[in-house]
Amino acid sequence: MPASAGRPRRAGQPSAVRSTLVAVASTVVFFGVVAWVVVSSPGWPAVQASFFNGEVFASSAPSIVRAFWVNVQLFLIAEVLILALGLVIAVLRSLPGPVFFPVRLLTTAYVDGFRALPGVLVIYILGFGIPGLALPGVPVEPFLYAVVALTLVYSAYVSEVYRAGIESVHPSQEAAARSLGLTRFQALRHVILPQAVRRVIPPLLNDFIGLQKDTVLVSYIGVVEIFRQSYIQQAGNFNFTPYMVTALVFIVVTIPLARLTDVLIARDKRRQAAGGVR
Amino acid sequence: MTAPRPGLSPVGAPHAATTAAVGPGEGPALVIEGLRKSFGKLEVLRGIDLVLAEHEVVCLIGASGSGKSTLLRCVNLLEPIDAGRIVVEGEEITAPGVDVNRIRRRIGIVFQAFNLFPHMSVLDNVTLGPRKALRLAPAEAEARALEFLERIGLADKAREFPDRLSGGQQQRVAIARALAMRPDLLLLDEITSALDPELVGEVLRLVRELAEGGMTMLIATHEMGFARDIASRVCFLDAGRILEEGPPAAMFSAPREERTRQFLRRIVEAGRL
Repeated sequence: MPASAGRPRRAGQPSAVRSTLVAVASTVVFFGVVAWVVVSSPGWPAVQASFFNGEVFASSAPSIVRAFWVNVQLFLIAEVLILALGLVIAVLRSLPGPVFFPVRLLTTAYVDGFRALPGVLVIYILGFGIPGLALPGVPVEPFLYAVVALTLVYSAYVSEVYRAGIESVHPSQEAAARSLGLTRFQALRHVILPQAVRRVIPPLLNDFIGLQKDTVLVSYIGVVEIFRQSYIQQAGNFNFTPYMVTALVFIVVTIPLARLTDVLIARDKRRQAAGGVR
Repeated sequence: MTAPRPGLSPVGAPHAATTAAVGPGEGPALVIEGLRKSFGKLEVLRGIDLVLAEHEVVCLIGASGSGKSTLLRCVNLLEPIDAGRIVVEGEEITAPGVDVNRIRRRIGIVFQAFNLFPHMSVLDNVTLGPRKALRLAPAEAEARALEFLERIGLADKAREFPDRLSGGQQQRVAIARALAMRPDLLLLDEITSALDPELVGEVLRLVRELAEGGMTMLIATHEMGFARDIASRVCFLDAGRILEEGPPAAMFSAPREERTRQFLRRIVEAGRL
């Protein structure tokens, strides 16, 4: 549709081409100035040598990227557990009636508790505390405690996302399902949850991005993952460039996910505008 | 259209156990006695007594807030009642310990806002009840759903999603969804109120066919012309009571109660009768 059809252009309003040119120019000028300020600062040569050293970059990158595989395993395994546990908690917390009060109380305490605690504390307490009990048969693998700690913390957040989704489905949908003779569980399973989950996919992806980055916290209990590996490289080279490698890895991995989240949000908006949600 | 009578009931007449003297097809289809329902301090239904014979079509008329919708929701056990009892085909459905899911399978309801499931195709909307509540095999449920979609003239829309349908088409699908359960009793809650005027006709035509097929129906409606044509009886609800009831000819031409006359006068002034 030509732009003039919907909204006539007033005199003095810039054309699309001109808008683009202005945007490009202002971006170039802004980043040019920032770059100039940084590069011309008195400490720049020293910073450049210790953060942007090409040789260190090349020598440390392979081991750091290899160590990232541990983070990938961590966040993939944890995410599956988080999505499942979060859903269970959200459903239990949504159970109505006085009979289920203890269930609601427990799940509410769980969600409040794990949202209150800093993630790194949970990782510490589990990673050092439980093996420290020296109980026979209890594993000592730090990787295992890392997965458990991240799952506990993130499932508390994710359950709230699910719950918001469940509450966004209009009660008339449940009434329609129950009026057919479906049980409460069947109505939840076939009518409420499919609609609820679809609506919260963008915020779930958001939490997934957060989880990916928080996998570096488990380096504190001795898991050799990307952050630990870049520390080892930094210490060995007396140079901070390995951390820049790590930063680059996270940027490369999370930015596409962030873009995907935005695309999904935009798609949802269009659907709502069109008057229907699939 | 053939009448989906209890003999065709796919549930295998599970209500036979509690049906003592009055079996299906012998006594009234629906008996409501002394029904009371409050929301907080507001008493919406203040002692409703109503009997529907088999194959009878009763229309509930009355102003918004008079309790028509609440009455229908109580009959479908979507609202717990405070006092009184409801008996369907001889079984007291409001007795304590009754399995509400089993009762709801026998009583269909169609809502004002359609309430189709937006994430499912038309076909899945209609098969969900038969598949999950009646536990029919998917192929059987699908065959049944297609049969009903054929009857309402929307078989070609089976694979579409509800948001691709007009309001009238959506409401017809909602009726098919209720019919696919082969209910003993169908409740219609102002099913044309949310429709554009030009879409009302197709929905009312379908309801008329159901009435001719012998479906027992309790209908809350603002369509007085429709009520006059289709109803065997019309009940005027006022402030939670059935103030007056009778055959439509008498109700619309010579109402006894002053409140009924006022209500009908307003309807005539609005050009709805």
